[in-house]
Amino acid sequence: MKNGVLILGATSSIAREVALQLAEKGYPLFLASRDEENLKRFAADIAIRHHVDVKYGTFDAEDIHSHAQFLERVIQKMNGLEGVVVAFGESPNQKNSNQDFEVALKTININFVGAASILTYVANYLENQRSGFILGITSVAGDRGRQANYVYGAAKSGITTFLQGLRARLYPSGVRVLTVKPGYVDTAMTYGKPGIFLVATPEYVGKKIVNALIHSREQIYVPWFWRPIMWIIKNIPETIFKRLKI
Amino acid sequence: MYRHKATISGWGCYPVTSSYLIRPERIQDLKAVEGPVIARGYGKSYGDASLNTDRNVLLMERMNCFLSFDEHTGVLKAEAGTSLDKILTTFIPRGWFIPVTPGTKFVTLGGCFAADVHGKNHHVDGSFSKFVKEIDLLLADGRTVTCSPQENADLFWATAGGMGLTGIITTITIQLMTIETAYMTVRNYPAKNLSEVMAILDNPKRQDKYSVAWIDCQSTGEFLGRGIVMNGHHAVHEELPDSIDNPFKIKPRGMISIPFNFPSCTLNPWSINGFNSLYYNSQVKKKTSYTIDYDRYFYPLDAIANWNRFYGKRGFIQYQFVVPENDAETAIRKILMQLSAQSLSPFLAVLKKFGPENPAPLSFPHSGYTLALDIPIKNNKFFEQIDQLDEIVLNYNGRIYLAKDSRTKPANFRTMYPRFLQWKKVKTQIDPNQIFSSDLSQRLEITK
Repeated sequence: MKNGVLILGATSSIAREVALQLAEKGYPLFLASRDEENLKRFAADIAIRHHVDVKYGTFDAEDIHSHAQFLERVIQKMNGLEGVVVAFGESPNQKNSNQDFEVALKTININFVGAASILTYVANYLENQRSGFILGITSVAGDRGRQANYVYGAAKSGITTFLQGLRARLYPSGVRVLTVKPGYVDTAMTYGKPGIFLVATPEYVGKKIVNALIHSREQIYVPWFWRPIMWIIKNIPETIFKRLKI
Repeated sequence: MYRHKATISGWGCYPVTSSYLIRPERIQDLKAVEGPVIARGYGKSYGDASLNTDRNVLLMERMNCFLSFDEHTGVLKAEAGTSLDKILTTFIPRGWFIPVTPGTKFVTLGGCFAADVHGKNHHVDGSFSKFVKEIDLLLADGRTVTCSPQENADLFWATAGGMGLTGIITTITIQLMTIETAYMTVRNYPAKNLSEVMAILDNPKRQDKYSVAWIDCQSTGEFLGRGIVMNGHHAVHEELPDSIDNPFKIKPRGMISIPFNFPSCTLNPWSINGFNSLYYNSQVKKKTSYTIDYDRYFYPLDAIANWNRFYGKRGFIQYQFVVPENDAETAIRKILMQLSAQSLSPFLAVLKKFGPENPAPLSFPHSGYTLALDIPIKNNKFFEQIDQLDEIVLNYNGRIYLAKDSRTKPANFRTMYPRFLQWKKVKTQIDPNQIFSSDLSQRLEITK
């Protein structure tokens, strides 16, 4: 019997596909997010499809004081954890963040502070156990600050850096850390919106992510072509970049 | 909810119009959807049933979770956007199958119920709704009601075949059936004309609950309606050849995709004739019964994504009608002769026998024979010519299938579906402001 995997932000389209892939490989799951009603249906679906035990419970990324206890409770319910997937996040309208720092603060609190907080407890647990994995879903938006979404980008970039540090710290304990940078994915956030291109399906992205996990990769872009695209974007000189309306 | 304007069509690529698309991720989100609106599954109805020009179209595909499954009884409850494909992949390895399936597995449960689809076993098993134990229906006033043949029965039957016009089907509870293997035992019976085809369809071997005939529309005179009847049943263990070690595992099929519309001249009388002769000769050769997996048997065309693009930009219609048994042969003969007189060349023609009708007033099947014709759309006169086919169908007390229709007239519809008034009563009661409407309901003057 495999040990379980905790999926945080399990109601996002990407996380659901990652969960399905892991369940297919026989991992029992604990799904967590704010949206309990949605968790219930995903949990039922995954359990019926793959005959694994799927538990669920609410988790609030912003409520960092609940994180330690939350993790303890999950570990207890699952009789130990093999890995944790951090998939929660929120992408606000940048214009609202410009006007109102409260909006920006919420973005930073969910995407960076919340993730860093739960990852700290997770890292300590896995380091102690001397095995397991952490899978963090960040974003290509963290590769370079663009005027269109730099608050979200900064928070994602922060958590990418955080994961890099964790990877090095946990390496001696045999704990793997995978950072995933998805491009545009066909979710409610992107559906039908103007200016969205090269959209990947959640199924495709989920498969690639779990594949990368199995092959012990460290950092991936999904789909793969975002690596060269982001390489170009990162290498545009700042004097030019600041003039671009992107 | 966020909506965006896009051009869509049914599977026949006609008509093509633009609607506002809304794609909710969760059933709870549905309450925020404003009318007039029509739900759309995988868009496999051929005509305008899932279109709503300049109004809202609700894409159901993301509401696709299994909610519960009883391993002992085979009762599955799932969200309405769940595809048959997903059900088959999950449950065939456990020995369960869908009791009624249309010719493609890329359809949703909600769509199957709303069109009350039938399969090759209608003469034995009836249509899709017969195996539906319960549905949850979101009504115009925001209430969700559970309907079954026992509870809210009027609403249940008005929704079966109701083309989405009674509300939004959110969940469906369906009875699956057991199978011993994922394979079918099939036997072909060549028949040299229509009478022979119908005689064989009329009298299949007892164990063969699936029965359908392919008709060669190019043959004329004494060979008019020649074809091949293909009868089959789910193979039991003993019928499997030794080469198959896992009875529930089938060889995956390669998927081809048609990336663009073929030129409209691709399907011309000569190429259609060529194809039909080739097909006839290849099928006639199979003289003894053979084993074939369920996927290749039930869903041959699913291997080609977007096969509808073969028909070119102008699209095609699938003209499917049913006529009562008594005069069926005369009626079908007239239709076939009419087609050839008008030099309309159907690319595919499929004939099968139906069993009795069910309590759903707008459900298509009734006792008799049904013929489905895929006809490429041609010049301006095309639709007038098709209207003449309606005349024949009406003369013989038949009806056409709404899930495939894009062109019939309101008056024809009312004559074909004599129980429409019974249905309309339910509609008026639960949706007085006509929140649920589609291009089909507007065209047929079901809604205003």
